[in-house]
Amino acid sequence: MSVTATSTVRPAARPAAADRAAAVRRLGRVVPYLQAAPLTLVLLVFLLVPILTIVVVSFWDYDSIRIYPDFVLTNYQELLGSPVTWKIYLNTLKFTALAWLFTLLIGFTVAYFLAFHVQSLTWQMALFLLCTIPFWTSNIIRMIAWIPFLGRNGLLNQALVGAGVVEQPLEFLLFSDFAVVLAYVHLYTLFMVVPIFNAMMRIDRALIEAARDAGANGRQILWNVILPLCKPGIAIGSIFVITLVMGDFITVRLMSGGQSASVGLVIANEISLLQYPAAAANAVVLLLVVTLMVAALLRIVDIRKEL
Amino acid sequence: MTSAPRRGAAFYLLAGFFTLFILFLYGPTLTIAILSFQGPQGGLTFPMNGVSLHWFFNLFERQAVGDFGGSFSRSLVLGLVVMVVTVVVSVTAGFAFRRGFRGGSVLFYLTVSSLVIPSILISLGIGLMFNIAGIEPAWYSSALGAHLTWTLPFGLLIVFAIFNRFDRSFEEAARDLGAGPWQTVRHVVLPIILPSLVGVALFGFTLSYDEFARSLMTAGSYNTLPLEIYGMTTNVTTPVLYALGTLTTAFSFVVIGAALAAVAVLRRRRAGR
Repeated sequence: MSVTATSTVRPAARPAAADRAAAVRRLGRVVPYLQAAPLTLVLLVFLLVPILTIVVVSFWDYDSIRIYPDFVLTNYQELLGSPVTWKIYLNTLKFTALAWLFTLLIGFTVAYFLAFHVQSLTWQMALFLLCTIPFWTSNIIRMIAWIPFLGRNGLLNQALVGAGVVEQPLEFLLFSDFAVVLAYVHLYTLFMVVPIFNAMMRIDRALIEAARDAGANGRQILWNVILPLCKPGIAIGSIFVITLVMGDFITVRLMSGGQSASVGLVIANEISLLQYPAAAANAVVLLLVVTLMVAALLRIVDIRKEL
Repeated sequence: MTSAPRRGAAFYLLAGFFTLFILFLYGPTLTIAILSFQGPQGGLTFPMNGVSLHWFFNLFERQAVGDFGGSFSRSLVLGLVVMVVTVVVSVTAGFAFRRGFRGGSVLFYLTVSSLVIPSILISLGIGLMFNIAGIEPAWYSSALGAHLTWTLPFGLLIVFAIFNRFDRSFEEAARDLGAGPWQTVRHVVLPIILPSLVGVALFGFTLSYDEFARSLMTAGSYNTLPLEIYGMTTNVTTPVLYALGTLTTAFSFVVIGAALAAVAVLRRRRAGR
């Protein structure tokens, strides 16, 4: 360091240079906090404070015109005391379970094909990209795009009637629970493909060779070697799919055509009726449920290790 | 086809499954792309009643649908702002996490929770916050913040992945050659991670450009494009809906294509050096 060089010439300079070095060191220690500040600020203002606002407002009172600061439990009593709430939660959980099951099965198969059956890295990346591109396009349009397929006069019904499988066009294809789950699978399967593919690409190929040498057949390798090593990827994919479906309202509204309900849709409806405290109470309960589900899944995976 | 002998029935079965999956992913979008060229008398489903650009022209007649041009330009500007903020904020935060700081894991879990909290709650919370504070929500203030809660976690996770694969010896070499901290970042670290930052930018732009749920209560009196499209689904029953969908998707594809091209060019330039 230059500190020693200057100190031999001018003894008086030593404390000043040392001070400067200390100042630089102190500045160096402050730097990470300055670098983290913008992210912290955005998340405080647009995540933490809004969520706290929801919690506070869930205890407020309201009438048809405005909301009042208060401390009442009526919003929660009405919510939890109503059998409709439990029915809607059950329906949302049903959607979540179905979407999770299908996205996992399809996502795992697709990732397995890409990771273990496509030999060249270029092809692997090209096909992987092909799977992820729809993620960067509009979800609403991808839902609308099912209308000409599933509608009463849609392609599927035309084909089924034409082939003589059914006499009348099937009514349940569009605007039904079937359409809702189909849209979830369509929209969210890539949230499973990406983390599972990532986990598969990290598996040391020597492990599979070793299993084969030890006499394991293809199914045993898949079940006893690949599947356990994919667990973190499956957990991350599951977190995405479960939280997206649990909080969804737009897919249920568009694809069920008002025939079905979800917790998110109830919240959205209460918002449009300006019943903010009721919506807030609903939101707090939903947040608790989702947090519990995510906490359970985080026991399987350490996210920071997976990046 | 050197690897052909190793391909058994399993390969062809899985390849078939994969092909069906791709068809499932792209088929519907392709269908509405075709149907948006319906003749003027055509409906929402097949058969095609002639071929025309009628519905595309219809889109630009102001009275036919809502404010398509205005909502598009708002979404475009918002997407660009979100993109820039996402890149800058997640990269600087990435540097902080790399050095380590007290409270780092709290901030990390806050960021991850931003990803898993349902969008409708963010929308409701920010809407209520503005409402109580007496500030009018607008696409450039409340919606901007709402979108950042969705794009920043993706940005930060990608930056983590970039830095985890980053060879620290490049920085050490720069430091040994006498580069200061800023010079090291400016001339060594940033050029190396630049292609990956294009990915962060792509996430920032497209996720904002297509966001619906987080804009619902935060966009204020002027709609962003997804809100406009959603409004159309309830009261428009002509292929003009498909024309808008096709144009928006085409625009997304142009953006994705530009991002991929930028990555390819940056990679090649780096390899050429």
